[in-house]
Amino acid sequence: MSIVFILLGVIILLFIFVPLLKTVSSSSPGTLWNTLLDEEVYSSILLTIYAAMIATLVGLFLGVPLAYLLARRQFWGKRFLEGLIDIPIVIPHSAVGVALLFVFGSNFLAGKIFHSVGIVFFNSVAGVVIAMIFVSIPFLIDSAKEGFKAVDVRLERVARTLGASPWRSFLRVSLPLAWRSIFSGSVMMWARGASEFGAVLILAYYVPFFGHYARVAPILVADRFNSFGLDYARPVTAIVILISLIVFIVLRTIAYRGEKA
Amino acid sequence: MIAIKNLKVDLGDFLLNNINLEIDSGEYFIILGPTGAGKTVLLEAIAGLYPVLEGEIWVEGREIARLNPEKRRIGIVYQDYSLFPHLSVEENIAFGLKLRKCPKASIKEKVNDIAEIVGVTHLLERKPQTLSGGEQQKVAVARALVTEPEVLLLDEPLSALDPETKEMMQQELREVHWRTKVTIIHVTHDFEEAIALGHRVAVLNNGCIAQIGAPEEILRQPNSEFIAHFALSRNIFTGEAEEGEDGHACIDVGGIKLRGVTDLRREVRLSLRPEDIIISKEPLHSTARNCFEGVVSDIAHRGAVVYVTVNVPPNFICLITRQSFEELELKKGVRIWITFKASAVHVF
Repeated sequence: MSIVFILLGVIILLFIFVPLLKTVSSSSPGTLWNTLLDEEVYSSILLTIYAAMIATLVGLFLGVPLAYLLARRQFWGKRFLEGLIDIPIVIPHSAVGVALLFVFGSNFLAGKIFHSVGIVFFNSVAGVVIAMIFVSIPFLIDSAKEGFKAVDVRLERVARTLGASPWRSFLRVSLPLAWRSIFSGSVMMWARGASEFGAVLILAYYVPFFGHYARVAPILVADRFNSFGLDYARPVTAIVILISLIVFIVLRTIAYRGEKA
Repeated sequence: MIAIKNLKVDLGDFLLNNINLEIDSGEYFIILGPTGAGKTVLLEAIAGLYPVLEGEIWVEGREIARLNPEKRRIGIVYQDYSLFPHLSVEENIAFGLKLRKCPKASIKEKVNDIAEIVGVTHLLERKPQTLSGGEQQKVAVARALVTEPEVLLLDEPLSALDPETKEMMQQELREVHWRTKVTIIHVTHDFEEAIALGHRVAVLNNGCIAQIGAPEEILRQPNSEFIAHFALSRNIFTGEAEEGEDGHACIDVGGIKLRGVTDLRREVRLSLRPEDIIISKEPLHSTARNCFEGVVSDIAHRGAVVYVTVNVPPNFICLITRQSFEELELKKGVRIWITFKASAVHVF
C-alpha cells in the first residue's frame, strides 16, 4: 500500500513543482535581473508586498480579538458565525470585488464615511488592501482561534488569581501562548492576500503608489501575458514566483522555529 | 477566618446549594467528595472564577463574593498545576509579584525565600515541561504563596502523583502549611488523604455539604450511609434498635442481635469499621459485647493487610494484618469468631 501512496504523492508533488521550476529555470539570471530592474515590475512587487502586509496588520488588529472570543465563549449562533467567516474562501473573487465596490465606492455608505476622512478605495492602495483583507482574513482568524483553543483556560484563571486583570491575563498568558498559531495564520493571510487577483482587478486595478502607478503582481503577470504573449510574460512570472517563495519560506521558517516535527 | 454563608452556584446540571462553612485562620481544611460533587466549582467560586448566584464569602472580615479574582487575595493550585509553559520556574513564581509592580530586588528575594520553603531553589532556571509532577506541584504552590494570599486553594493536588510521591508531597504540604501558617482549603476525593492532612473535613455530595467534622468524627461517626460508604466503613446495616442490658441498645440485624451505644429506639442504620473487628479461632472472653461465630466467605489481599469477609450472616468485612492472617491460617470455609465492642457500632 505504501508504495502506491508514495507514487500518488510524487505525482501531485511533481504537478506542483515542475511548472514552477520550469518557469523559473527557463529565464537566464541576467534576464531575471534586468526584469527586476524594470520599474513596472519592481513597483508592482513592492506594492504587492506592502499592501498584503498592511492587510495582515489590519487583520491582526481586528481578527485576533474575534478569534479569541470564538475560542473562549459559547453563544447562540456561534456555529453560524464561524461559517460566515469562511465565506470569503468560497465566493468567486471577482464577485468579491464587485461587492466591495458596492459598499466602499465613493457613492455608498462606508465609502462616504471613509471619504470624509480622506480615504478613497477605488483605484487606490487602500482598495488593494481591503480586497486582500476580505479574501485572506479567514486564514488568520481560523488559525488564531485554534491557537487560543489550545491554551488551557486554567492558565488564564491562575493568572487572574495571581492579580492579573482580564487584559493582563490576555496579554501575558493567552497571547504569548497562542502567538505561534497567530503568526503562522498571519503568514498564510499575507501569502493569500499577495496572490489575490480577481477582487483587486475590479476594485483597484491601477493605483498610485509612491509617485508611480502600479498594479499588483498577479495582475501584472496576467496583463503581460494577455498583451504580449507567453514569452514576454515568462521572466516577470519567474520573478514573482521566486520572490513569493523566498518570502513565504522565510516567514514559515520563523513561524515554526523551535517546533518539533 | 473564612465564612461561607448560604452559597449558591449554578453548575449547569445541578446546583451547589446552601453551602455554609466556617474555617479558622491557619486551618488546614479538607473538602472531600466523589467526582462530580461540585468540589472544583466550589473552589473556583471562592476564587472568583465561577459566578456566585447567591450568598456571601467572608475572608478576614472582607466580603468578597462579588469581587474580581485579582482583588480577592486567594491563591489556587490546580490538579494539573497549570504552570505557564512559556515562562521559567523563576518567572512563574515571580508572575504575581511582577503584576504588583514590586521592586526587582524584592521580587528576587521573595522568590528565593518561597523557593527555599517549598524546596525548588535548584529548579529556578528550568522550564515547567522539564519537571516531574511533584516538582511542578511545588512550583505551583510557591507561585500561589509568594503573593501572600489569605487563603490557598488546592484542587486535587495529589491525585496525579504516584503513591510514593503522593506520600512525600503530603509531608511537604504539612511542612509548608506549618511554616507559612496560611489557611488551606484542599479538595480531594481520597478519604485517606483527607485524614492524613485535614484538621477538619467537609464532605460534599451532590452539591450539598453532607457532614463537617474532624477526620476522626467522619471516620467513626458518619451521619449518613453515603458518608459511611465514602469513609470506607465497609459494614453498613439496617436494624431495629430496642432496649438491651446495661443501657446498651440491642439491634436486630438479620436475625443476630448487635449491642450498640445509642438512645434511638427505632429502625436505625449502623456502621462498623473493618479494623474494629477482631478475628479469633475460639470465642473471646473479653468486655466486648458482640461476639459471633461465622464462616470465612471471601479473602482479599491488600499488601500488608487483608480484608476477610465473614458470613454470620450477615456478612462482616474485617481488616487484619497479614501477620494475623497467617497465624490464624484462614481459608475460605473455615469457621471462626468475630468480636467487636458496643462502642464500635456507630448508629445513625
